[in-house]
Amino acid sequence: MKQKDISALLDEPACAHNKKAKSGCAKPKPGATAGGCAFDGAQIALLPIGDVAHIVHGSIACAGNSWDNRGARSTGPALYKIGMTTDLTEQDVIMGRGEKRLFHSIKQAIDAYQPAAVFVYNTCVPALTGDDIESVCREAQERWGTPVVPIDAAGFYGTKNLGNRIAGESMVKYVCGAREPDPIPEGIERDGFKVHDICLVGEYNIAGELWRVLPLFDELGLRVLCTLSGDARFREVQTMHRSEVNMMVCSKAMVNVARKLQESFGTPWFEGSFYGVQDVSQALRDFARIIDDPDLSARTEALIAREEARMQAALEPWRQRLKGRKVLLYTGGVKSWSVISALQDLGMTVVATGTRKSTEEDKARIRELMGEDAVMLDEGNPRTLIDIVRNNGVDILIAGGRNMYTALKARIPFLDINQEREFGYAGYEGMLELAKQLCLTIESPIWEAVRRPAPWAQTVQPEQEPVAVAAVETDEVAPVAVEASHA
Amino acid sequence: MPEIIKRKKALSVSPLKASSTVGAALAFLGFRRAIPMLHGSQGCTAFGKIFFVRHFREPIPLQTTAIDQVSAIMGTQDFVIEGLKTICEKNSPDLIGVPTTGLVETQGADIRMAVRVFRQTYPQFDHIPVIPVSTPDFTGSMESGYADATRAIIETLVPTAAEAGTEPGRRRRQVNVIAGSHLTPGDLEHLKDTIELFGLRPVVLPDLSDSLDGHLPEADYSPLTIGGALVSEMATLGDAIATLVVGASMHAAADSLKARTGVADYRFDHLMGLDAVDGLIATLADIAAVPVPPKIERERAQLQDAMLDCHFMLGMSRVAIAADPDLLVGLSQMLAGFGAETVAAVSPSNAPALQNVVCDQVKIGDLEDLEIAARAGKAELLITNSHGVHTGERLGIPLLRAGFPQYDRLGGFQRTWIGYQGTKAALFDLANLLLTLEKGEIHPYRSTLKQWPDNERAAGVKHAA
Repeated sequence: MKQKDISALLDEPACAHNKKAKSGCAKPKPGATAGGCAFDGAQIALLPIGDVAHIVHGSIACAGNSWDNRGARSTGPALYKIGMTTDLTEQDVIMGRGEKRLFHSIKQAIDAYQPAAVFVYNTCVPALTGDDIESVCREAQERWGTPVVPIDAAGFYGTKNLGNRIAGESMVKYVCGAREPDPIPEGIERDGFKVHDICLVGEYNIAGELWRVLPLFDELGLRVLCTLSGDARFREVQTMHRSEVNMMVCSKAMVNVARKLQESFGTPWFEGSFYGVQDVSQALRDFARIIDDPDLSARTEALIAREEARMQAALEPWRQRLKGRKVLLYTGGVKSWSVISALQDLGMTVVATGTRKSTEEDKARIRELMGEDAVMLDEGNPRTLIDIVRNNGVDILIAGGRNMYTALKARIPFLDINQEREFGYAGYEGMLELAKQLCLTIESPIWEAVRRPAPWAQTVQPEQEPVAVAAVETDEVAPVAVEASHA
Repeated sequence: MPEIIKRKKALSVSPLKASSTVGAALAFLGFRRAIPMLHGSQGCTAFGKIFFVRHFREPIPLQTTAIDQVSAIMGTQDFVIEGLKTICEKNSPDLIGVPTTGLVETQGADIRMAVRVFRQTYPQFDHIPVIPVSTPDFTGSMESGYADATRAIIETLVPTAAEAGTEPGRRRRQVNVIAGSHLTPGDLEHLKDTIELFGLRPVVLPDLSDSLDGHLPEADYSPLTIGGALVSEMATLGDAIATLVVGASMHAAADSLKARTGVADYRFDHLMGLDAVDGLIATLADIAAVPVPPKIERERAQLQDAMLDCHFMLGMSRVAIAADPDLLVGLSQMLAGFGAETVAAVSPSNAPALQNVVCDQVKIGDLEDLEIAARAGKAELLITNSHGVHTGERLGIPLLRAGFPQYDRLGGFQRTWIGYQGTKAALFDLANLLLTLEKGEIHPYRSTLKQWPDNERAAGVKHAA
C-alpha cells in the first residue's frame, strides 16, 4: 500500500480525532509500545465473517501465533476458525516465490473448503519483498470463479486502528453492492408491520452477545442485512448498500465504512452502544427516529417500556449488592462512556476512566456522566492504574484482557471487557450477566485470602533476595562478578 | 528410523508452528529481571504477548522496536537504539534480549551492529547485558528459536575458563542444567527437586520454573520478569561439577558451554518414561557419588506398578501426536515403553532429533496433516496443543493437551510430565482417556426370534443392556 493511501485512510473526516494529532495516527515509541499492528486490526475486523477462507500471506508469526484466539461466535460456519497461512519459508523469500505460493494456496483453500470467498491478508514480509497480492487475487478470482479479496494491511503500515479502516475500506471497495438482498420471507410483513433493513458496523458477536440483541430487532421488524462482522456471511456483506440506516456499534474504528456507504448510497448512520439499559433503548430509538415509520416508533416505545420495567425489577437485587462499589474503568473510545452509564445503572461509582482512544465528544459525554472533576487517564501504564486503585479504595478494575493478570498479581478484582472475554454484556439481558460477573469477583472470599500474610510472617524474616542463595554454598568460592563480556 | 515427509502443499491449514521469534523471547523470559524486545513491527510483539499470556495466565514483559513504514525501507537501527535506551532508562533490567523477526531480516537489518552502536552511544548502560539473536519467523520454529537464544545467552554471559579462571568442579555441588523448550515450569521444578535430593545444587538456564510458574509475589507490579535464572550466576557455570542437557535441540548451546568452560556434560533427549528417568537418576547418583535416595526408589516402584495397571488400556492403543521435535520424540518413546503405538506424528519443522521418533513416518506440517494421518491410521487418542480441540472433535477422539499453546484449560502450562511421578500421571491420564472410548464394549443385540414380552416387543426401542 502506498504512503498516500495510508495517509488518506488516516485522514478520516467523520472521525472527531481528525482535528487533533493523536489517536490512530500517533507514532509508536520503540521500547514503550503496546497494542497490535495494522494486520492485527484488519484480521480482527473481518475474521468473524464465518464462511470465508481467511488466508494470511506471510511468514508463520502472523497466523501461527494468533489463529483461533478470539471469542467471536458463529451460528453455523466454522471456516473462520481454521487458521490458514502461506507460512513463507526462507527459500520463498529469497527466491521470490511468495506470489506463486499464494496463488496455489488460494486454489488449495477453494478446493478443500469450498468457501463463499477467500480473503487474503498481506503482512510485513511479502509487503517488503513486493508481492502484488491484488493482482494475484484478481487472477485467482478469474481462474476459479470464487471471489478473492485482497486486504493489504501489513503490520508496519501502522496501528490496529488503521488496520480496522483498511479492512473496512476493502469491504466497501470490493464487496459491498455486489448483490441485492433476499426478499423478505413470506408471512412476516403485514398491515402496520413493515420490515426495515439495517446494518451494524463494528459489532463482532464476542461471546455471542449479538444474540442478546437480535431478538429485539426481530420483534421490531428490523432486518439486520449485515453485521460487520459478527456472525456475518460473505453474501450479507455484499448487500450492505441496501441498508436504510447503519449503526456504528461502540467503535470509531470502522467509521470510514459508515461514511463511505453514506457518500455512495446516501445511507444515514449513527453511533451507539448496546451496553447498559439506557444505551440499548437509545439505540433502538435512534433506529426508529431515522427510519421514521410511526408504527415502528410505537412498537419501539412499547418494547422499551416493557424491557426497562422488566430489567428494573431483575436488576434490583444486584443493585443492592453493588451499590456504592467503586470502579476504575480502563477501556478504549466509546466504551469509556457507554460502560460508565451501564455501571451507574447498577448504582456503582466510576472513580476514573481511560480516555486514550476517546475523542473530545467522548470526553464531553464522560464529564456529563461523571461530573466536571472526572478523572480521565490518557495513559494507562499498569503502575498508574494500580496506584489509582490503591489511593481511591477502588473495588474493581474493568479493562481489557491484556491487563488481567497484571491486576490479579496486584490482588485487584478484575473484569475483562475486551475481545477475548468469555461473557457477553450487550443488550438488556447482558446487564444481568454483567451484574452477576461483577458480584462474583468483588464478593469472592479469595481476595482476603490472597492479601492475608502467612500466620508465621511476624516471626520470620521477609523473603530474602535470591542472590543470597548463591552465597549459601559456604565451602566454595563466591560467585564471580559478571564482567562486561556482553559488550 | 522414521521416514521424514517434507511439506508439499502451498497453504498451511490450522498451523502447528509458533514462530522462532517467540521461542527466543521465551528463553529470555527464563531469566530474572529480564525483558525481551522483539525487533519488528508492534504486532509481532502483541501477538507473542497474547500467545504467552493465554498460555501461562501471567503478565508477560515483552517490548517492541515498533518498526513503521518508513523505517521498514530506510533502516531500523535507530529504532533498536531508541528502544534499548528507553527500556534501560525506565526499567533498568538485568537482561534485555533482542530477537529479530522476519520483517527486519528480510529488510536486511544488522542487529549486532545496532547493539554495538547502542553500546558506543550510551556507555552508561554498559552494565546491562543486551543479547541480540537472529530468529526470523520464516526459518525454524519455537523450539529452534528458544535454543538459539539460549546459545546466544551462554556465548554472551558465560566467560571462557581462560578469561575468568573458572575451573570445572570447583563448586563440587553445582550442576548446570540446560533446559529445552519442551520442559514446563512443573518439569523444571521437579528436576530441581530431584537434583537437590542428591545433595546437589541445580543452576537451570533458562529457568521458567522460577519466572513463569504462576506464583503470587510480594510486589504488586513488575515490568520485568519476576524470577528466573540469575544473570550474575552465569559467570559461575564454569565452576560446576557437571552440566545436564535436556533436549536434543539444546546440543548447540551445550557444545558452546562445554567449549567455553570445559565442564563435562550429560545429554538426555527427554526425561519421560522409565528408561529415560532411569538414565537421569543413575547419572545424578554418579555425579553426587551417593546412593539413590529411598524416596526416588519408591517413586520408581510406583511407576512400575502403574505401568502394570495401565498396560491393559495402553497396549496396542493408537495415538496421534503433533508437537515440536523434542516433545514429539519424548512422547513417542514414552508411549512405546507402555506398549502404545504412535500411528501419526507431525512436527512443525524439521530437526535431526526426529530420527528418534518411534513411528513409521513423521510429517513436517500442520494440524490438517495430523488430522488426515490420524484418520488414516485409525488413531484413538490425540496429543497436541489446545488448537487440537477442533481436530479431536472432527475425528471424534479425545485430546491430551501438550506443548504450546494451551489456553482452554487451567494448569496445563505447569503440568509435570517428566520423572517417575510425571510419567505416572501421564500414564493414568492416557489410560483414563482410553477408557472413555469403551473399546471392549459390546452393544446389545435384539434378536427378532427372541420371545419378547409384549411390552418390550411393541416398544421396539433400545433398553438398557
